[in-house]
Amino acid sequence: MNEHELRGLIGKVKAGKMSRRGFVQRMMAVGIAAPFATQLLVHSGVAMAQAKNTYKPTKRGGGGPLKVLWWQGPTLLNPHFAVGTKDQDGSRLFYEPLAAWDDEGNLSAKLAAEIPTRENGGLSADGKSVTWKLKQGVTWHDGKPFTADDAVFNWEYAKDPATASVTIGSYQDVTVEKVDQFTIVVKFAKPTPFWADAFVGTRGMLIPKHLFAEFIGAKSRDAPTNLKPVGTGPYLFREFKPGDLVTGVINPNYHQANKPYFDSIEMKGGGDAVSAARAVLQTGEFDFAWNMQVEDEILSRLEKGGKGRVQVTPGGNIEHMQLNTTDPWTEVDGERSSVKTKHPTLSDPAVRQAIALIIDNKSVEQHIYGRTGPATRDFLNNPQRYRSKDNPIDFNVDKANDILEKAGWKKGSDGIRAKDGKKLKFVYQTSINQPRQKTQAIIKQSAQKAGIDMELKSVTASVFFSSDVANPDTYTKFYCDLQMYTTTMSQPDPQLFMNQFTSWEVSTKENKWQGRNITRWRNEEYDKIFRASEGELDPVKRTAMFIKMNDMAVQNGVVIGIVQRPTVSALATKLNANISGWDNNTSDLSDWFKEA
Amino acid sequence: MSRQYIIRKILIMIPSLLGISLVLFTVLAMAPGDPFEELATNPAIPPEVRAALRAKFGLDDPVWTRYLHWLVAMIQGDWGFSFVSRMDVDKLILQRLPVTLIVIGSSQIIAILVALPVGVLAATRPYSLFDQVANTLAFVGFSLPTFFTGLLFILVFSIQLDWLPFVYRANIDATGWQFYWEHIKQSIMPVMVLGLFQGASLVRFVRSSVLDVIKLDYVTTARSKGIGERKVITKHVVRNALIPVVTLVALQLPIVFGGAIVTEQIFRVPGIGSLLISSMLSNDTPVVMAVTFVIACLVVFFNLLADIIYGWLDPRISYR
Repeated sequence: MNEHELRGLIGKVKAGKMSRRGFVQRMMAVGIAAPFATQLLVHSGVAMAQAKNTYKPTKRGGGGPLKVLWWQGPTLLNPHFAVGTKDQDGSRLFYEPLAAWDDEGNLSAKLAAEIPTRENGGLSADGKSVTWKLKQGVTWHDGKPFTADDAVFNWEYAKDPATASVTIGSYQDVTVEKVDQFTIVVKFAKPTPFWADAFVGTRGMLIPKHLFAEFIGAKSRDAPTNLKPVGTGPYLFREFKPGDLVTGVINPNYHQANKPYFDSIEMKGGGDAVSAARAVLQTGEFDFAWNMQVEDEILSRLEKGGKGRVQVTPGGNIEHMQLNTTDPWTEVDGERSSVKTKHPTLSDPAVRQAIALIIDNKSVEQHIYGRTGPATRDFLNNPQRYRSKDNPIDFNVDKANDILEKAGWKKGSDGIRAKDGKKLKFVYQTSINQPRQKTQAIIKQSAQKAGIDMELKSVTASVFFSSDVANPDTYTKFYCDLQMYTTTMSQPDPQLFMNQFTSWEVSTKENKWQGRNITRWRNEEYDKIFRASEGELDPVKRTAMFIKMNDMAVQNGVVIGIVQRPTVSALATKLNANISGWDNNTSDLSDWFKEA
Repeated sequence: MSRQYIIRKILIMIPSLLGISLVLFTVLAMAPGDPFEELATNPAIPPEVRAALRAKFGLDDPVWTRYLHWLVAMIQGDWGFSFVSRMDVDKLILQRLPVTLIVIGSSQIIAILVALPVGVLAATRPYSLFDQVANTLAFVGFSLPTFFTGLLFILVFSIQLDWLPFVYRANIDATGWQFYWEHIKQSIMPVMVLGLFQGASLVRFVRSSVLDVIKLDYVTTARSKGIGERKVITKHVVRNALIPVVTLVALQLPIVFGGAIVTEQIFRVPGIGSLLISSMLSNDTPVVMAVTFVIACLVVFFNLLADIIYGWLDPRISYR
């Protein structure tokens, strides 16, 4: 189906000749997933269908206590300082954004009265502003009304560098203006196709102006409310012990009718993932456990207890292998892997192709990750609408041998291929983590069969993922040939995610290895497409661009996807909780309930 | 024992504490890792934020200036400010202290309560059946690490029998008897795991100490004077045998404050130990520094206390 046909169909829906459902079904028939199809309609000016509502309780409260287990407990409760997901999840019990992302990457309104669209005038035609209508009649936990002033204040608070908020990236480049008591406008300097960043999702939680106004800027750390949240959320703050416990009781004035269902919430921290899974799945002491980084085999065994189940929610996180484009073994101007060098063997496309062929994703999925790691070759996998169809998993050692042979890499007496005196010997590093070491072993084995020698290196996670400029073993320095880790995609829009291959993001000594392009791959065409996608307002075209960028990175052997890393949670059998891979685990907390 | 002796001992404490703090500080400063590491891996956060935060918390200063800052603040009673929780370190520690004291303290009490009678009884009847059994159990007890016994307890009492919860919750929504009962129920496993581990080594110690004393001439004299066996043991033997035991217990007391890292982690007891380990994992140096330094102070202090108690219990030992 080409762009033209697609537009024809959208036109029919608009004219009322075709139902929304019919459109979605047609799309699915040609391989376009439902969420993408609905998104197409939104951007083309068709109102979004109401999000599926599965909430059953007919009155507020009465559900008893909700006990959830985060094996790393929240350590602070100001959403603008919340670095890790644990802190954001904890803050989300009390604070809410204007809109949240659902599991398919669609927006649902929280403190907004409606989601801005072209239809309702929320989105401007030039893509330079968004008008948010705020929900009226919402009060903060202390009884003060929630208004546009609060929203504007959050922008001022977060964008001030002296506040040192971690949300600054979402607010510093926009301007926010109050239109009336319940309307704000977010303005962008240039056309911005992805407008739903400020005030949305993990970085959009709003704090009350009347309690934080005095603590803007350098005084931000002294605000007493940092530790005693006063928000608009479904639960009122009760108690907080960093790293251990957050508790709350039902908010009797919550702005959504009949919600929440539970009378109180207790978020316990500490311990390890396996025993957390045990407490939900096997003994039933807790109702929910977060981030089950546990081997699927163990999870399945625990599930047999019948007290709970495992829920896997797709997201964009991807365990992938990076192939260095620079030479990690030569030092130039005080840095290895310098962009002034070229990798001695990996610069041959045949070698890259061969490496892709010896990665047995299916075995990695089957024997190591199970449900918690679906195999993929793509770098950009989700939301579904951005997934390329052109990179099937091709594991074929014979073909790899063939390609290398043809390219002139001949096996030596030691079984390792070489050409012009350069051997196919690679150092392959990752962090210390059992599944990763197992994956390394699987790949090393098939590499051997193709005449490629891989020296496995594993670095303590705290060193590998650190940004310590003095340490040569960090992943951003990439002082070896191949490396593997999971990169996270925190928003359903791939813009930020795909900047990992742009030439201006290259990680170098100059930027203290803080650039996001770790493979140091540089490609003019890629840069051009990326720049274009930043301003492209046509969602269909923009989607095609992202797919193209993914294909370029994957097909040029810059990165090779290994497995996706979806969000895995453990739920008590009766608990009904919508988890989104694009937002906090607790983003939909007001709608959690237990089946009778 | 003279007053001078005590004063001298206290004065010696000062340079040793300074030395300890210096070593701790430099080691922590040199250790890899950065408290704002998560910011570096998050694409949505510009690197300037991290730089600003580092500057704000003085992480870019040279180690010695940071040490001096820390020292001056510490002397003034300011324990530092947690990078990760953005609150005062002393508040964090005080939050954790009650639970630590209750859980670890009661495990020490259990250890003493078990070890004393068992050790004494075993020593009065050496190589009897009771002695053999007690000895074997003691060996098993201190050979098994707490993470093993902890998991074993969880498997048996929580999962198989379903009697006890294995997640420790500091906030129990109950009042009256129910409140205490819930607290006891959840404390049983961690207290037992720790208590039996400590008790096991203490049994061996009590036993050998009693055995040493029981052979002495004055005990034979007491017996020949016609004093009953029970009285000989309690009044003459145990009193003297306990002198080294008391010092041992005194030296172990800092552990009560320091918490038990492994056991706290297994049972999710929100004590000082779990605070220490989570702060280490998140590179929250001010907290790590404060906790380790407090433990160091306690060790030094209890050492002094043990010295003093020793002299008081055993007048034969004199200090100059």
